Amino acid sequence: MSFIAKPRIDHPGLPKNALGLTRRDYEGSMSTLCAGCGHDSVTAAIVEAVWGLAIRPEQVAKLSGIGCSSKTTAYFVGGGHGFNAVHGRMPSIATGAIAANRDLYYIGVSGDGDTLSIGFGQFAHAIRRNIDMLYIIENNGVYGLTKGQFSASADIGSQAKRGEVNLQPPVDPVLTALTLGCTFVARSFSGDKQQLVPLIQAGLQHRGFALIDVLSPCVTFNDHEGSTKSWRYVRENYEEVVHADYVAAAREITVDYAAGEATEVRLHDGGRIVLRKLDASYDPTHRGRALNYLREKLRQGEHVTGLIYIDQKSPEFHEVNNTSDMPINRIPYERLTPGAKGLAKILSRYR
Amino acid sequence: MLHAPDAQTRVNDFVLKLANVNGTGSASANALVLKSIFRMGVPVVGKNYFPSNIQGLPTWYEIRVTRAGYAARSGHVDIMVAMNAETYARDLKEVSPGGYLLYDSTWPRPALLKREDVALFGVPLARLCNETFEGVRARILLKNIMCAGVLAALLDIDLDIMRTLLGETYASKKALLDANVRALEMGHAYARAHLPCPLPLKVAPLPGELSRTAGHIMIDGNTAAALGCLYAGATVGAWYPITPSTSLMDAFRSLCEQWRVDPETGRRDFVVVQAEDELAAIGAVIGASWNGARAFTPTSGPGISLMNEFIGLAYYAEVPAVIFDIQRVGPSTGMPTRTQQCDLLLAAYASHGDTRHVLLFPADPQECFYMAVAAFDLAERLQTPVFVMSDLDIGMNDWMCPMLEWDESYRPDRGKMLTLEEIESLDKFHRYVDLDGDGIPYRTLPGIHPKGAYFTRGSGHTQFGAYTEDAAEYQQVVDRLKRKFETAKTLVPQAVFRGCDGRDAAIVSLGSCDGAVCEALDVLARRGIHLDYMRVRAFPFGPEVEEFLATHARIFVVEQNRDAQLRSLLILETAVDKRKLRSILHYSGLPISSSSIVDGVLAELDTLAPVRSAVL
Repeated sequence: MSFIAKPRIDHPGLPKNALGLTRRDYEGSMSTLCAGCGHDSVTAAIVEAVWGLAIRPEQVAKLSGIGCSSKTTAYFVGGGHGFNAVHGRMPSIATGAIAANRDLYYIGVSGDGDTLSIGFGQFAHAIRRNIDMLYIIENNGVYGLTKGQFSASADIGSQAKRGEVNLQPPVDPVLTALTLGCTFVARSFSGDKQQLVPLIQAGLQHRGFALIDVLSPCVTFNDHEGSTKSWRYVRENYEEVVHADYVAAAREITVDYAAGEATEVRLHDGGRIVLRKLDASYDPTHRGRALNYLREKLRQGEHVTGLIYIDQKSPEFHEVNNTSDMPINRIPYERLTPGAKGLAKILSRYR
Repeated sequence: MLHAPDAQTRVNDFVLKLANVNGTGSASANALVLKSIFRMGVPVVGKNYFPSNIQGLPTWYEIRVTRAGYAARSGHVDIMVAMNAETYARDLKEVSPGGYLLYDSTWPRPALLKREDVALFGVPLARLCNETFEGVRARILLKNIMCAGVLAALLDIDLDIMRTLLGETYASKKALLDANVRALEMGHAYARAHLPCPLPLKVAPLPGELSRTAGHIMIDGNTAAALGCLYAGATVGAWYPITPSTSLMDAFRSLCEQWRVDPETGRRDFVVVQAEDELAAIGAVIGASWNGARAFTPTSGPGISLMNEFIGLAYYAEVPAVIFDIQRVGPSTGMPTRTQQCDLLLAAYASHGDTRHVLLFPADPQECFYMAVAAFDLAERLQTPVFVMSDLDIGMNDWMCPMLEWDESYRPDRGKMLTLEEIESLDKFHRYVDLDGDGIPYRTLPGIHPKGAYFTRGSGHTQFGAYTEDAAEYQQVVDRLKRKFETAKTLVPQAVFRGCDGRDAAIVSLGSCDGAVCEALDVLARRGIHLDYMRVRAFPFGPEVEEFLATHARIFVVEQNRDAQLRSLLILETAVDKRKLRSILHYSGLPISSSSIVDGVLAELDTLAPVRSAVL
């Protein structure tokens, strides 16, 4: 564990985003995770994605639970508030925070233990409420901080470092989210920045609950022969089904797509997600078919990645509640109280 | 024709109890009788003893007519309305000698139990209803109203007031109104023709200047607390339904729908989250408070048990939160529809590790209103969870209290919350540094300025908010938290005192015991036993509590739990000699009665002969 303050090195030639900020402005404190941890790659992807979208750092609120993954919210966007909640309960903190201020970008970072075991209930209900946040699971199939127990996402037959074989079926967060009505469901791999960065951007701009399950190998406890969450296994067994690129409203598409290969999803902020289908038969706007496709590939031992499902029509939490546009934490007190006259009126029925 | 036994005439001073089967619509008839007496200018107390059930189990409603304006149960029943065959025997047994019992004589009941010292009145309510009204449901419901008409005749309750009240209830339902008025009048006429009306126990109106209820309202504590939340500017409520707290959020929601919705757009200035459980409810409160909204959760003991981990986080990370604990009988599921004060220790030290929390103890709905507002101010001023420790008796029963008033100059105390300009002017922001020496640090809200950003965590942290496992850095923060708790003593509502004339013996109590204690003090005084009285209104205890405990030699601690939790808290948190504290405990699940306190004090005095001489 490192207690060294992270040195800040600004090179005058560093590229700047639309706000004039460099990637350095979106970093956080020094990571204390193991060298080579997949989570640090996810952190780097988040920095890249938020910088690329030119979001003001203070507009980002970072929320997490407990575990290795949950520590990472300290390692990116130091100019935004962070909240390291209790184990498995970050979704409820997010619910309250989002209720109070609908104007911020909320990034939740959790792990497979935090989300799929102790926090399974809260995860499910955050999806149900369709709160407007990006929820990243850094999924490595193992409990790292307590040194190597299987998590609920460990596959049947996957082997622990000490040789024990997992016999219980896994909980798949992507299948779960699809079943629960999640409006943005993606899977990615911490070793594939090309795929992950635009997914994070699309998830941040999605209106509603955006889930990205990131396979993020644990180099210390789950990176051996026999594990289905090792670097090698994931690299060899992941299949991108739909590649998503986020295109901001002001930007033109600069990549050329072959005719018929790309489709667009318009977002509420005016931006677009350009989807490149790598399997022509796949439809990321059809929940039932997405589920079937995933189940079939899982049976073959393959991790389907990319933007698996998107629904831009379902109302998010505040639309359902019909909340005022002004974040309710900014509404002046005078607008909230009926005053002395109002009280007399209210109490007249209690005479 | 039956004749009244030779009971003393007890005008405006008696107890009426109605035994019913729940789910038969007795509640509206009970409320009609209660409210009518109240509008006649006569103080009343209404207590509902209901089952944790929707339909078919016994339920009782007790109306105490009390010209002295006492707020508690007396512990006696003078007239029983026995409408539930299942509980008839015990209902009859409960009536005081010289009292009355009213029953439905539709069916022949040769085997009915009798008592020589109780007058039995039969009225064929079901037969009359069946002859007059159509529809099974209507007949059942109107039977209760007809019974209210009988009571109006027996007790001399003003029929015009009852008609007016029905008119207010069914203002937009003419057919229902007509049927109700008809049932009421039929019951009244039948009683006038067949029973000795009025009884010596009766209600005499106190009109105009004589009124003892003018300037007062009848309101339950949960509604009053919800009003407090509205006036405190709370915008986020998160909860999981649990008896007896549910009506608090129901009231808050309906108040918000009335006052916080833009009439043109329908947009709402509030969010109510019905969470998946109490863990999520308190999580949402903490998340919203952290983000600058005033947020609260109403719950009861089982909910507090579930919330413990999060409460510890809010304490240590210093996030405001307001929690209403409407206490019910424990342990475990206990008796969900019965009252107790059994969560005092649970709330005071909720969560693992060294934690201590601010508790407020309202005694009635009026205090629920003002303390709800105070709870939000204290939670933000102290940056910590604050509990409002109400109970089922206060929360769900209608209490007579002075009209609530609102000071228009009130503005929420947001505590030490830095503005954008203040953050900009800082060289560097440090979240947990004690700049003012009162143990309270400065906080910033997300979304304001990158210089204000910090990391909120439940793990060990330095005064700058950074992670630490260093002994000195850890202790610096938890020692400051202890200083903050000392500051809390100067901010919480002070104890209130009665009759403190330097006597040797006293009663200490809290919350909903107050009405019963005040009445018991009067009764004891008439017997020549004079006691001082202190009602604590908050934890931590202020210096005034210490002083009172120090200056009294014998102290009766009255509370509604088995294990003397207030006494324990006093012993743990003040310098009092525990041998001075004698407990008077009531934990049956029914609200404490004045007679149980009188009996308790007398019994203690008997066992403590030397003390008795000191007191008398």
